[in-house]
Amino acid sequence: MAAYSVSVALTGSGGAGAMTAGQVLLDAASKAGFYGLMTRSMGPQIRGGEAAALLRISTRPISSLDDHYDLLVAFDWGNISRFAAELPLAETSLVLADPVHGAVPDPIAAYGARGADLALKDIAATIPGGRVNMVGVGAAAALIGLPLDAVLQVVTTQLARKGEAVLAASTAAIKAGAEAAAALPATARLPGHRHDGAPRWNISGNEAAGLGALKGGIKFVAAYPITPATEVLEWLAPALEKTGGVLVQAEDELASINMVIGGSFAGLPSLTATSGPGLALMMESLGLAVASETPLVLVDVMRGGPSTGIPTKSEQSDLNIAVYGLHGDAPHVVVAPTSITDCLFTTQWAVYLAEALQTPALVLSDQAMGQSRIVAPQPQPAPFKAKRLVAEGALENYQRYALTASGVSPMAIPGTTGGQYVADGLEHNQRGTPSSQAGDHQAQMDKRADKLTNFDYGAHWADIEGEGDIAVITWGAVSGPVREAIERAEAQGMKIRQISLRLLLPASPDRMAQALAGVRRILIAEQTHGQQFTKFLRAHYDLPAERVVVNRPGPLPIRPNEILSRLLAWK
Amino acid sequence: MTAQTSLTAQDFKSDVKPIWCPGCGDYAVLSAVTKAMAELGRRREDIAFISGIGCSSRIPAYTNVYGFHGVHGRALAIAAGVKLARPDLTVIAAGGDGDGLSIGGNHFMHACRRNVDMTYIVMDNQVYGMTKGQASPTTAPDWCNSKLTPEGTGISPVEPARLALASGANFIARGFAGNPNEVARLIVEGIHHPGFSFIHVLSPCVTYRPEQREWKTVVHAGEGDPSKAIAEAMQRLSTDDGYTTGVLFAGTRPAFMPARHEKASLAEIEGKFLS
Repeated sequence: MAAYSVSVALTGSGGAGAMTAGQVLLDAASKAGFYGLMTRSMGPQIRGGEAAALLRISTRPISSLDDHYDLLVAFDWGNISRFAAELPLAETSLVLADPVHGAVPDPIAAYGARGADLALKDIAATIPGGRVNMVGVGAAAALIGLPLDAVLQVVTTQLARKGEAVLAASTAAIKAGAEAAAALPATARLPGHRHDGAPRWNISGNEAAGLGALKGGIKFVAAYPITPATEVLEWLAPALEKTGGVLVQAEDELASINMVIGGSFAGLPSLTATSGPGLALMMESLGLAVASETPLVLVDVMRGGPSTGIPTKSEQSDLNIAVYGLHGDAPHVVVAPTSITDCLFTTQWAVYLAEALQTPALVLSDQAMGQSRIVAPQPQPAPFKAKRLVAEGALENYQRYALTASGVSPMAIPGTTGGQYVADGLEHNQRGTPSSQAGDHQAQMDKRADKLTNFDYGAHWADIEGEGDIAVITWGAVSGPVREAIERAEAQGMKIRQISLRLLLPASPDRMAQALAGVRRILIAEQTHGQQFTKFLRAHYDLPAERVVVNRPGPLPIRPNEILSRLLAWK
Repeated sequence: MTAQTSLTAQDFKSDVKPIWCPGCGDYAVLSAVTKAMAELGRRREDIAFISGIGCSSRIPAYTNVYGFHGVHGRALAIAAGVKLARPDLTVIAAGGDGDGLSIGGNHFMHACRRNVDMTYIVMDNQVYGMTKGQASPTTAPDWCNSKLTPEGTGISPVEPARLALASGANFIARGFAGNPNEVARLIVEGIHHPGFSFIHVLSPCVTYRPEQREWKTVVHAGEGDPSKAIAEAMQRLSTDDGYTTGVLFAGTRPAFMPARHEKASLAEIEGKFLS
């Protein structure tokens, strides 16, 4: 457990206002100069299912949930047993609940945490229009030492458009909750802290991916809704429209990926976003984009699989299909953000790579990043922008798939005189005419593979930190808890390297060999049941023989102490 | 719009030799398409010709415009992407009955209702030719010449024009490959008509459906006014024998095109995340 942060879980039936309450606390933490993170755990129901806002508020930037929650505020007990496993509590934790909802249910009581009663419903009832969740916000803020002023400021801003009566009721409910907290047992509190004045952002991973797309130069998006990727598309809809781009809702994922291929063929940097089931449907057409060398970006926000799986909860198990799912030898780019804010950089980079290499680039985000909000330092601007090698001028005997040194050939955009060609998923010669000849197949296969392997991806292929003869190799959302575990191990005198892969395909064996120089032991951390990432690493890289794998399917996130305990065994 | 050109149908043909069988109806459709392209008066580079998979879907390679030969069934999705991204282009999609109405059936329905300003030509020969003769969605239930369904399919065929009308297509016409001049006229009219236009072309497969040579004896010109209300067209098409050629329906729905604005800078959009 980190002394610089406090973790709070707010739970209730869907519609009870747990998410709103969590959002208010996170925004207030930001206002008061803290950093923070809020992930969401939800059931599949739109109303009446279970919901939890899982917060961590900190005096310094964080990228992971902590090992357990210091405070659990239950607005009701609803279906808490369905996700009690996602709410780890310590004996020092405090469980705050309204006695009208009965005793603390067994799966929560089993943690052995301290309990306290708070008559949320009765307190809310004393205030006209008072809501239980706002009473909880006031109590939670007071217990963890979050300044009430900041909370009230946030609510004032957020509820301004709902009218004075609503604002007055919420303000009174928050104050009443805070007053009631005075009689409650003490819990972990935030250390005294002043705003460092540095600009910070409050953003979700899905919004960050949308922004990265926009900054990379995406102008055309075809969309089919799917949990947990929909927010990428919903954020992009108005943002694209305001910046001269176009978003169209397709009839299915087969249409959305093909519309994107059409938009890109016509000359606009194009993108779609989906999750596992949609990605599976898009596979054939991704192969078409590879063969026809049509650039596009596909953001896949991973959820529990296989099949419909667990739509609202996170997993890293689309790795295999993203890397190996295309039929034929189909070289393409797969990248993965290493944090919520990195969804911006990595998506922006993916736009650049797709356009520069005239190939599909898949961005593997996940629910844990996509649907979580973070308060983090303002991201540094990145220079990456779509820049496609196009055929210009007076074209004669134009060859769309001409063999070039880089493997990338100038692409004629419709409207360009003399550049007419037929893009094709059939194997073709340099001109683009279908061909089943061995020589053409070999030459075009070489071209499509070489253009990816010859490209200089620079230092962005991985985030590499630390030193020593132990390395942790990980990717995606698991990078956060790994970073925190290494910090704690280093505080105990260990030296450990962290390698978080951002570029999954094409593999970079030379760079990995360099990153692993002097490493004797490795730990691989991933959120899959079948060790997909470990097998991927073993297929593409030479790894030290002494290795440990920490893996688990979703929805339980991998927590820092799980990795720490494995690392300390090597001390 | 670009200046008028004086290109001929021949100028729209490529030097790639078609893979089609001798006598295939699709040759006539190719002639009709290139004739229509020439009549449009547009430059070759301002036309995009999109197809899926199947014998007839090979057609873009035999023309001289920008083309995309995609995967099976998805021509309309690619075509919609092209047109929405580049409204300045003339977009034509083409393919067979299996490509457009079976594997691509969902896209057909939604293309009709979305009403993007483009033209779709279905070369209907009531058979999957490229896979050597299986029943298609327009094959009669009692056609027993396929090894896959030796007793016939036993299921009702789709009537493409009727399906298009029910799905909201804004322009519906039928032509016969034996009369390529009429097909060319219908294609030009369809392209000029705002929104989604569907040109159903009876295009015989002389290899697997030689009896379709007799279509020339059964096709006939339509009667009735295609610009009348949908109810009238529904009534007319419900009793149509499937061999009526000409414009079958011409609606008045405006074409779909999302608005584009430039009213915010990236910095303004980004600024919303400052906390």
